[in-house]
Amino acid sequence: MTVKELSEAMYLKEFCLPAPELEISGGYSGDLLSWVMGRAEEGNAWLTIMSNQNVAAVAVMTDLSCIILTEDVQPDPQLLDRCKKEGINLLGTALGTFDASARLSEVLGREQDHIAW
Amino acid sequence: MAKYGFDLHIHSCLSPCAENSSLPADMAGMFALSGYKIAALTDHNSCGNCRPFLKACDHYSMLGIPGMELNTAEEVHVICLFKTIEDAERFSDYVYSTLPPVKNRKDLFGDQLYADELGNITGEEEKLLINASSIGIYQVKELAEQYQGLAYPAHIDRSSNSLLSNLGLWDPAMGFELAELSYSCPEDLLKKRKDLKGLKAIRATDAHRFGQIPSAPGQFMELESLDIPSVFEWLRTYAPSI
Repeated sequence: MTVKELSEAMYLKEFCLPAPELEISGGYSGDLLSWVMGRAEEGNAWLTIMSNQNVAAVAVMTDLSCIILTEDVQPDPQLLDRCKKEGINLLGTALGTFDASARLSEVLGREQDHIAW
Repeated sequence: MAKYGFDLHIHSCLSPCAENSSLPADMAGMFALSGYKIAALTDHNSCGNCRPFLKACDHYSMLGIPGMELNTAEEVHVICLFKTIEDAERFSDYVYSTLPPVKNRKDLFGDQLYADELGNITGEEEKLLINASSIGIYQVKELAEQYQGLAYPAHIDRSSNSLLSNLGLWDPAMGFELAELSYSCPEDLLKKRKDLKGLKAIRATDAHRFGQIPSAPGQFMELESLDIPSVFEWLRTYAPSI
Protein backbone atom coordinates (compact mmCIF):
# COMPACT_ATOMS: atom_id res chain seq x y z
CA MET A 1 0.00 0.00 0.00
CA THR A 2 1.29 3.46 -0.84
CA VAL A 3 1.24 6.47 1.45
CA LYS A 4 -1.37 8.12 -0.73
CA GLU A 5 -3.63 5.05 -0.51
CA LEU A 6 -3.18 4.98 3.25
CA SER A 7 -3.94 8.67 3.51
CA GLU A 8 -7.22 8.13 1.69
CA ALA A 9 -8.13 4.97 3.60
CA MET A 10 -7.56 6.63 6.97
CA TYR A 11 -8.83 10.09 5.96
CA LEU A 12 -5.53 11.63 7.03
CA LYS A 13 -4.73 15.30 6.90
CA GLU A 14 -1.92 15.91 4.41
CA PHE A 15 0.43 18.55 5.81
CA CYS A 16 2.85 17.74 3.02
CA LEU A 17 2.98 14.79 0.66
CA PRO A 18 6.02 15.05 -1.61
CA ALA A 19 6.39 11.26 -2.11
CA PRO A 20 2.83 9.83 -2.30
CA GLU A 21 3.90 6.62 -4.08
CA LEU A 22 6.21 5.33 -1.30
CA GLU A 23 5.28 1.82 -0.17
CA ILE A 24 4.42 1.29 3.50
CA SER A 25 6.19 -1.67 5.07
CA GLY A 26 4.40 -1.57 8.42
CA GLY A 27 4.01 0.77 11.37
CA TYR A 28 5.86 2.03 14.42
CA SER A 29 4.23 3.93 17.29
CA GLY A 30 6.31 5.87 19.80
CA ASP A 31 7.47 9.26 20.97
CA LEU A 32 11.03 8.78 22.19
CA LEU A 33 13.17 9.64 19.20
CA SER A 34 16.09 7.46 20.30
CA TRP A 35 13.79 4.42 20.34
CA VAL A 36 12.37 5.20 16.93
CA MET A 37 15.88 5.68 15.56
CA GLY A 38 16.93 2.31 16.91
CA ARG A 39 13.80 0.26 16.24
CA ALA A 40 11.59 1.55 13.43
CA GLU A 41 12.15 -0.23 10.13
CA GLU A 42 12.63 1.13 6.65
CA GLY A 43 9.35 2.06 5.02
CA ASN A 44 7.39 2.15 8.29
CA ALA A 45 4.64 4.67 8.88
CA TRP A 46 5.52 6.37 12.17
CA LEU A 47 2.77 7.42 14.55
CA THR A 48 3.79 10.03 17.10
CA ILE A 49 2.70 13.08 19.06
CA MET A 50 6.15 14.68 18.76
CA SER A 51 6.20 17.64 16.40
CA ASN A 52 9.63 19.23 16.67
CA GLN A 53 12.07 19.40 13.79
CA ASN A 54 14.18 16.45 14.93
CA VAL A 55 11.21 14.26 14.01
CA ALA A 56 12.02 14.94 10.34
CA ALA A 57 15.69 14.10 10.89
CA VAL A 58 14.77 10.77 12.48
CA ALA A 59 12.39 9.98 9.61
CA VAL A 60 15.19 10.55 7.07
CA MET A 61 17.73 8.54 9.09
CA THR A 62 15.36 5.60 9.35
CA ASP A 63 14.00 5.85 5.77
CA LEU A 64 10.40 5.95 6.96
CA SER A 65 7.60 6.17 4.41
CA CYS A 66 5.66 8.78 6.37
CA ILE A 67 5.08 10.49 9.71
CA ILE A 68 1.54 10.53 11.09
CA LEU A 69 0.93 13.04 13.87
CA THR A 70 -1.81 11.69 16.12
CA GLU A 71 -4.14 13.34 18.68
CA ASP A 72 -4.69 16.27 16.30
CA VAL A 73 -1.16 17.50 17.00
CA GLN A 74 -0.16 20.25 14.59
CA PRO A 75 3.40 20.29 13.22
CA ASP A 76 5.79 22.96 14.43
CA PRO A 77 6.51 25.32 11.52
CA GLN A 78 10.14 24.13 11.58
CA LEU A 79 9.02 20.50 11.23
CA LEU A 80 6.81 21.31 8.26
CA ASP A 81 9.64 23.26 6.58
CA ARG A 82 12.06 20.43 7.21
CA CYS A 83 9.68 17.82 5.78
CA LYS A 84 9.17 19.88 2.63
CA LYS A 85 12.92 20.34 2.27
CA GLU A 86 13.78 16.68 2.86
CA GLY A 87 10.85 15.28 0.86
CA ILE A 88 9.15 13.57 3.80
CA ASN A 89 5.45 12.75 3.89
CA LEU A 90 3.84 14.42 6.90
CA LEU A 91 0.27 13.45 7.75
CA GLY A 92 -2.08 13.92 10.66
CA THR A 93 -5.14 12.47 12.36
CA ALA A 94 -7.44 13.39 15.22
CA LEU A 95 -7.31 9.77 16.45
CA GLY A 96 -5.21 8.89 19.47
CA THR A 97 -2.05 6.86 18.88
CA PHE A 98 -3.75 3.63 20.02
CA ASP A 99 -6.74 3.98 17.71
CA ALA A 100 -4.62 5.21 14.83
CA SER A 101 -2.27 2.22 15.24
CA ALA A 102 -5.21 -0.17 15.27
CA ARG A 103 -6.67 1.45 12.19
CA LEU A 104 -3.31 1.37 10.39
CA SER A 105 -2.89 -2.29 11.20
CA GLU A 106 -6.38 -3.02 9.90
CA VAL A 107 -5.85 -1.04 6.71
CA LEU A 108 -2.56 -2.78 6.05
CA GLY A 109 -4.41 -6.06 6.37
CA ARG A 110 -2.33 -7.44 9.17
CA GLU A 111 -4.25 -10.01 11.13
CA GLN A 112 -3.70 -11.28 14.61
CA ASP A 113 -2.51 -14.69 13.44
CA HIS A 114 0.42 -13.08 11.60
CA ILE A 115 1.87 -12.01 14.88
CA ALA A 116 4.32 -14.46 16.39
CA TRP A 117 3.42 -14.95 20.02
CA MET B 1 28.60 40.30 49.20
CA ALA B 2 28.37 41.18 45.54
CA LYS B 3 25.78 40.41 42.86
CA TYR B 4 26.77 38.50 39.78
CA GLY B 5 24.77 38.06 36.57
CA PHE B 6 24.72 34.42 35.51
CA ASP B 7 23.68 31.96 32.84
CA LEU B 8 24.19 28.24 33.34
CA HIS B 9 22.92 26.78 30.09
CA ILE B 10 25.01 27.66 27.04
CA HIS B 11 25.88 25.64 23.93
CA SER B 12 28.88 25.70 21.64
CA CYS B 13 29.62 24.35 18.16
CA LEU B 14 29.95 20.85 19.64
CA SER B 15 26.14 20.75 19.87
CA PRO B 16 24.86 19.86 16.40
CA CYS B 17 21.94 22.27 16.77
CA ALA B 18 24.29 25.21 17.52
CA GLU B 19 25.89 27.38 14.86
CA ASN B 20 29.42 26.48 13.74
CA SER B 21 30.32 30.06 14.62
CA SER B 22 29.36 29.44 18.28
CA LEU B 23 32.97 28.73 19.24
CA PRO B 24 33.32 28.08 22.98
CA ALA B 25 35.72 30.99 23.48
CA ASP B 26 33.49 33.35 21.51
CA MET B 27 30.36 32.32 23.43
CA ALA B 28 32.28 33.12 26.64
CA GLY B 29 33.38 36.46 25.19
CA MET B 30 29.88 37.43 24.10
CA PHE B 31 28.38 36.62 27.51
CA ALA B 32 31.16 38.62 29.20
CA LEU B 33 30.46 41.53 26.88
CA SER B 34 26.79 41.45 27.95
CA GLY B 35 27.82 41.83 31.58
CA TYR B 36 27.64 38.24 32.78
CA LYS B 37 30.05 37.19 35.55
CA ILE B 38 29.19 33.48 35.79
CA ALA B 39 28.65 31.18 32.79
CA ALA B 40 28.39 27.42 32.29
CA LEU B 41 28.97 25.58 29.02
CA THR B 42 26.46 22.74 28.66
CA ASP B 43 26.70 20.98 25.30
CA HIS B 44 24.53 17.92 24.65
CA ASN B 45 25.98 14.85 26.40
CA SER B 46 29.55 16.18 26.29
CA CYS B 47 32.00 18.39 28.17
CA GLY B 48 34.38 18.23 25.21
CA ASN B 49 34.53 21.99 24.63
CA CYS B 50 34.64 23.00 28.31
CA ARG B 51 38.43 23.40 28.54
CA PRO B 52 38.67 26.21 25.95
CA PHE B 53 35.48 27.75 27.34
CA LEU B 54 36.98 27.92 30.85
CA LYS B 55 40.23 29.40 29.54
CA ALA B 56 38.28 32.08 27.71
CA CYS B 57 36.16 32.80 30.81
CA ASP B 58 39.40 33.36 32.78
CA HIS B 59 40.58 35.71 30.09
CA TYR B 60 37.33 37.70 30.28
CA SER B 61 37.34 37.75 34.13
CA MET B 62 34.22 35.62 34.27
CA LEU B 63 33.70 32.50 36.39
CA GLY B 64 33.41 29.60 33.94
CA ILE B 65 31.70 26.38 35.03
CA PRO B 66 32.19 23.09 33.18
CA GLY B 67 28.88 21.37 32.48
CA MET B 68 26.72 19.27 30.24
CA GLU B 69 23.10 19.01 29.15
CA LEU B 70 22.59 15.30 29.70
CA ASN B 71 19.85 13.50 27.75
CA THR B 72 18.44 10.74 29.97
CA ALA B 73 16.97 7.43 28.80
CA GLU B 74 13.53 9.07 29.05
CA GLU B 75 14.80 11.90 26.77
CA VAL B 76 14.61 14.41 29.59
CA HIS B 77 17.33 17.07 29.47
CA VAL B 78 19.22 17.58 32.73
CA ILE B 79 21.87 20.20 33.44
CA CYS B 80 24.96 18.78 35.17
CA LEU B 81 27.55 21.20 36.54
CA PHE B 82 30.97 20.34 37.95
CA LYS B 83 33.58 21.93 40.19
CA THR B 84 36.62 20.98 38.13
CA ILE B 85 37.34 20.29 34.49
CA GLU B 86 38.80 16.92 35.46
CA ASP B 87 35.56 15.79 37.12
CA ALA B 88 33.56 17.09 34.17
CA GLU B 89 35.68 15.24 31.65
CA ARG B 90 35.53 11.98 33.60
CA PHE B 91 31.74 12.31 33.77
CA SER B 92 31.71 13.12 30.07
CA ASP B 93 33.70 9.96 29.24
CA TYR B 94 31.21 7.90 31.20
CA VAL B 95 28.19 9.47 29.51
CA TYR B 96 29.82 8.95 26.11
CA SER B 97 30.04 5.22 26.82
CA THR B 98 26.27 5.11 27.47
CA LEU B 99 25.32 6.71 24.13
CA PRO B 100 24.13 4.37 21.37
CA PRO B 101 26.60 3.79 18.51
CA VAL B 102 24.69 6.02 16.10
CA LYS B 103 26.75 8.30 13.86
CA ASN B 104 25.84 11.93 13.42
CA ARG B 105 24.26 12.77 10.08
CA LYS B 106 25.69 16.24 9.58
CA ASP B 107 23.27 17.01 6.77
CA LEU B 108 20.33 16.43 9.14
CA PHE B 109 21.52 17.50 12.58
CA GLY B 110 24.50 19.79 11.93
CA ASP B 111 28.22 19.64 12.68
CA GLN B 112 29.71 18.65 16.06
CA LEU B 113 32.95 20.60 16.27
CA TYR B 114 35.71 20.63 18.85
CA ALA B 115 37.59 23.93 19.09
CA ASP B 116 40.45 25.40 21.08
CA GLU B 117 40.53 28.67 23.03
CA LEU B 118 41.87 30.52 20.00
CA GLY B 119 38.92 29.50 17.87
CA ASN B 120 40.69 26.85 15.80
CA ILE B 121 38.59 23.80 14.93
CA THR B 122 40.55 20.89 16.37
CA GLY B 123 38.30 17.97 15.51
CA GLU B 124 34.85 16.64 14.86
CA GLU B 125 32.70 14.29 16.93
CA GLU B 126 31.32 11.40 14.89
CA LYS B 127 28.84 9.94 17.39
CA LEU B 128 25.43 11.62 17.49
CA LEU B 129 25.55 13.60 20.75
CA ILE B 130 21.87 14.56 20.97
CA ASN B 131 20.82 10.93 21.30
CA ALA B 132 19.49 9.55 24.60
CA SER B 133 22.01 8.05 27.00
CA SER B 134 21.06 4.89 28.90
CA ILE B 135 21.14 6.83 32.20
CA GLY B 136 17.72 6.92 33.85
CA ILE B 137 16.31 10.10 35.39
CA TYR B 138 16.24 8.55 38.87
CA GLN B 139 20.00 7.81 38.65
CA VAL B 140 21.21 11.24 37.54
CA LYS B 141 21.50 13.13 40.82
CA GLU B 142 23.54 10.43 42.51
CA LEU B 143 25.65 9.82 39.44
CA ALA B 144 26.54 13.52 39.13
CA GLU B 145 27.39 13.61 42.83
CA GLN B 146 29.89 10.81 42.33
CA TYR B 147 31.77 13.38 40.24
CA GLN B 148 31.19 16.22 42.75
CA GLY B 149 28.55 17.57 40.38
CA LEU B 150 25.15 19.22 40.75
CA ALA B 151 22.29 18.09 38.51
CA TYR B 152 18.85 19.59 37.87
CA PRO B 153 16.31 19.25 35.05
CA ALA B 154 16.49 21.76 32.20
CA HIS B 155 13.63 23.92 30.83
CA ILE B 156 10.89 21.99 32.64
CA ASP B 157 8.23 24.23 31.06
CA ARG B 158 9.04 23.15 27.49
CA SER B 159 6.87 20.82 25.42
CA SER B 160 9.73 18.52 24.45
CA ASN B 161 12.74 17.00 26.22
CA SER B 162 11.50 18.30 29.55
CA LEU B 163 10.77 16.55 32.81
CA LEU B 164 7.14 17.69 32.91
CA SER B 165 6.37 16.93 29.25
CA ASN B 166 8.00 13.49 29.23
CA LEU B 167 7.27 12.27 32.76
CA GLY B 168 4.17 14.23 33.66
CA LEU B 169 5.07 15.35 37.15
CA TRP B 170 7.82 16.36 39.54
CA ASP B 171 8.60 13.37 41.73
CA PRO B 172 10.67 14.38 44.79
CA ALA B 173 12.18 10.87 44.77
CA MET B 174 14.30 11.97 41.79
CA GLY B 175 16.15 14.08 44.33
CA PHE B 176 16.61 17.27 42.32
CA GLU B 177 17.10 20.38 44.46
CA LEU B 178 16.08 22.90 41.84
CA ALA B 179 14.76 23.25 38.30
CA GLU B 180 15.54 25.35 35.27
CA LEU B 181 12.87 27.34 33.43
CA SER B 182 13.00 28.99 30.02
CA TYR B 183 12.90 32.77 29.89
CA SER B 184 9.72 32.37 27.83
CA CYS B 185 7.93 30.53 30.66
CA PRO B 186 5.14 32.77 32.02
CA GLU B 187 5.49 33.62 35.73
CA ASP B 188 2.20 32.05 36.77
CA LEU B 189 2.18 28.97 34.51
CA LEU B 190 3.77 26.71 37.08
CA LYS B 191 2.35 28.34 40.20
CA LYS B 192 -0.90 26.42 39.78
CA ARG B 193 0.77 23.03 39.99
CA LYS B 194 0.83 21.41 43.40
CA ASP B 195 3.77 19.19 42.56
CA LEU B 196 6.00 22.25 42.04
CA LYS B 197 5.05 24.11 45.20
CA GLY B 198 8.10 25.63 46.89
CA LEU B 199 10.44 24.35 44.21
CA LYS B 200 13.57 26.43 43.62
CA ALA B 201 14.04 27.52 40.04
CA ILE B 202 16.41 29.56 37.91
CA ARG B 203 16.06 30.67 34.32
CA ALA B 204 18.49 30.07 31.50
CA THR B 205 19.06 31.33 27.97
CA ASP B 206 19.92 27.93 26.40
CA ALA B 207 21.83 30.07 23.89
CA HIS B 208 22.96 28.20 20.79
CA ARG B 209 24.13 31.29 18.88
CA PHE B 210 25.19 34.89 19.46
CA GLY B 211 21.72 36.20 18.62
CA GLN B 212 20.25 34.37 21.60
CA ILE B 213 22.53 36.07 24.11
CA PRO B 214 20.63 38.83 25.94
CA SER B 215 22.10 42.32 26.06
CA ALA B 216 22.20 42.12 29.87
CA PRO B 217 21.82 39.37 32.48
CA GLY B 218 18.24 38.57 33.48
CA GLN B 219 19.11 37.23 36.93
CA PHE B 220 21.78 37.57 39.58
CA MET B 221 23.21 35.64 42.50
CA GLU B 222 24.66 37.21 45.61
CA LEU B 223 27.91 35.57 46.70
CA GLU B 224 30.66 36.14 49.27
CA SER B 225 33.24 34.85 46.86
CA LEU B 226 33.14 34.14 43.17
CA ASP B 227 33.86 30.42 42.96
CA ILE B 228 32.01 27.27 41.92
CA PRO B 229 31.33 25.85 45.43
CA SER B 230 29.65 29.17 46.32
CA VAL B 231 27.55 28.99 43.14
CA PHE B 232 26.44 25.46 44.03
CA GLU B 233 25.57 26.57 47.57
CA TRP B 234 23.55 29.49 46.24
CA LEU B 235 21.66 27.25 43.81
CA ARG B 236 20.86 24.72 46.53
CA THR B 237 19.99 27.20 49.26
CA TYR B 238 19.15 30.67 47.98
CA ALA B 239 17.71 30.23 44.49
CA PRO B 240 14.17 31.73 44.34
CA SER B 241 11.09 29.51 44.61
CA ILE B 242 8.57 29.14 41.80
